[in-house]
Amino acid sequence: MATKNLLQAIHDGLAEEMRADETVMVMGEDVGRAGGVFRVTQGLQDEFGEARVFDTPLAESLIVGSAIGLSVNGMRPVAEIQFADFIPPAFDQIVNEAALFYYRSNGAYTVPITIRAPYGVVPGGALFHSQSVEAFFCNTPGLKVVAPTFPADAKGALKSAIRDPNPVLFLEHKKAYRLLKGEVPDDDYAVPLDRAKVHREGTDLTVISYGLMLNDVMLAAEKISGEHGIETEVVEPISLYPLDRETILSSAKKTGKTLVVSEANLEGSVSGEIAALVAEHAFEWLDGPVRRIGAPDSPAAPFAKPLTDAFVPSAAAIEAAMLELARY
Amino acid sequence: MAEPITMPQLGESVTEGTITRWLKAEGDEVEQDEPIAEVDTDKVNTELPSPLAGTLQKLLISEGTTVDVGAEIALVATGGEETPESPPREDAAAEAPTEEFPAAHTEAQPVASASPTARTETMPGGNGNGRSVADAEELRLRRSSPVVRRLAAEHGVEISSIPGTGTGGRVTKKDIESFVEDQEPAPKTPPEPARAAPQRVAAHDGDRIEELTGIRRAIANRMALSKREIPHAWTLVEVDMTGLVALREREKTAFMEREGVKLTYLPFIVQAAVEALRENPVLNSVWDGDRIVLRKKVNIGVAVDLEDALIVPVIPNADELNLTGLARRIDAVVKRARSGELTADDVSGGTFTVNNPGSLGSVASAPIINHPQAAILQAEAIVKRPVVVDDAIAIRSIMNLEVSFDHRVLDGGVALRFLNAVKRRLEEYGPESGTG
Repeated sequence: MATKNLLQAIHDGLAEEMRADETVMVMGEDVGRAGGVFRVTQGLQDEFGEARVFDTPLAESLIVGSAIGLSVNGMRPVAEIQFADFIPPAFDQIVNEAALFYYRSNGAYTVPITIRAPYGVVPGGALFHSQSVEAFFCNTPGLKVVAPTFPADAKGALKSAIRDPNPVLFLEHKKAYRLLKGEVPDDDYAVPLDRAKVHREGTDLTVISYGLMLNDVMLAAEKISGEHGIETEVVEPISLYPLDRETILSSAKKTGKTLVVSEANLEGSVSGEIAALVAEHAFEWLDGPVRRIGAPDSPAAPFAKPLTDAFVPSAAAIEAAMLELARY
Repeated sequence: MAEPITMPQLGESVTEGTITRWLKAEGDEVEQDEPIAEVDTDKVNTELPSPLAGTLQKLLISEGTTVDVGAEIALVATGGEETPESPPREDAAAEAPTEEFPAAHTEAQPVASASPTARTETMPGGNGNGRSVADAEELRLRRSSPVVRRLAAEHGVEISSIPGTGTGGRVTKKDIESFVEDQEPAPKTPPEPARAAPQRVAAHDGDRIEELTGIRRAIANRMALSKREIPHAWTLVEVDMTGLVALREREKTAFMEREGVKLTYLPFIVQAAVEALRENPVLNSVWDGDRIVLRKKVNIGVAVDLEDALIVPVIPNADELNLTGLARRIDAVVKRARSGELTADDVSGGTFTVNNPGSLGSVASAPIINHPQAAILQAEAIVKRPVVVDDAIAIRSIMNLEVSFDHRVLDGGVALRFLNAVKRRLEEYGPESGTG
């Protein structure tokens, strides 16, 4: 096992799947010769050739539309949207074509595409390089939305996404690319898309989180365990849509207190759906209000650093909310 | 028009009263404040004055019956037109007092005319007096959370009877789980109603069974409540009373002649305690769930032994009285206590209690705090003992002085500062000190 960052893990996952299945291909802006703006696809064109790893015009609708066409003809394309902020032009292709194709064709065609999209706030990213777009897609039956956080989970989940017969939107937190490192198994493995992951067992409260915030949650959980003896159970959904209700509810019932933490703004968010799930189905086990932490309902994200810092939930705010709920 | 008379609250913590005798019969005319019945409560036996003038229309309670405070006991027709039947609206309310939410379109919930009670219930409470906020807070604590309510129902416990460690004193899941765990080892009994039949001891041949009097039951309840709720701590100092003994010996005859009451040690002790309370006000306080209420008034309860019972009449505003005033007031309440003439007011509002079992010969005892007060002072018998004074052995009059205190409210440090302040004052007396 080697220690890898998120970027390397995703790269390795792509390369391994391409070696294992010749129908897997990579397409997107600058993914070929340049190796991707974040270098996720570096070296893939050299290894697999221009027919399987190729650059597209700057047109998201075309990227996803072509991938759909290739997929119904037997290929398993991995389409990259350079920044999740630019996914709206492909919205129609994703929700009206990819998500509905199987149903509309009465099961004649599956659309096994994977759409990779880096999301989340990075310093200086401002309006068009910072957005969390998951909520736009988490109300679309026929589509899967996954957002693994740590390197090993991301690699295994990417393999599952590529192998999945359904269209999968695969979200990668771009600030985590080089920041988050972890042991990644060398052998072939897949992380199931329908299972949330319990990263840490606890008895006093449950925190459900994804993205870079999850890392802050994990650090805070260790901190308040050492300083206050409060044991936090940390659950990562992995799949944002559909949610693994069983794992989320069993943890919420176990601790009686649930906090949902993500970088997305709260109203109409995935966090809202998780909170509703817990409130609706774990009511008689609850020992405190279901709480959420997220960004304000304001256009994401300001350019100025102090404003960015105010926009993104801070590690201190997360820790304080965890303590408050635990003591509620 | 007939108006009800209800059982009044005859003193703090009194929740019910027994009509021992009706002094008026149905049909009698009554003046306002004219006694209409004799009432026996946990604390006092008293006459019940009529709050209304009119004709006593109906006695709702038979003699010997105990009813809760607030229960209607009689109806008085108060002039005006004589209406044999009350308006149906009031009837409905009286007949269905337990119906929290009367069904719509019934007598209790008429379609058009909202009954007065319904109106008060639905009236928005935000009238600036903080009442609705307090109610909401109380509801928040009583309802706690879904899981606590579920566990409370499963185990048949009252949420409000569990000490809460959550935000603002809320009972958390952990609180109720550990509470239930502490309770469970006892054989599993089904959830019992509030007034469960007491567990009987086996009666042996020749045993005599005495039913509890009101006052005995009150003492039993209050003592058990105090010991159950208050973590008692206890400490003792020795007081050299030699100077005070000499003073009393010298002054007692003149004092009796001048003031008409006996000069005992009790007023000296009460006065010293009152002054020491001013220096250590936390002993004059009450534990209030998640806070402490420091009483401004100093109302000193004085325990009086009644052979078969103990009663604690209160000297209100004891800090405003001098020694003679205290001696007179103590003498007066003790006499009234012995002759059974104490009123509800005489036994209400105490903030601190002084007990002197020394008058019965006790030299050491651990008093139970007079719930909900924070502390009780205990003065024991004054006994001549050989003690060391300036490295010589001397015969001195020594008294043990003890305090039991609520350890939630205060700690031993302040309890001893208080005791030593009392001790210092008592030891300052000499034969030449005055008794003014």
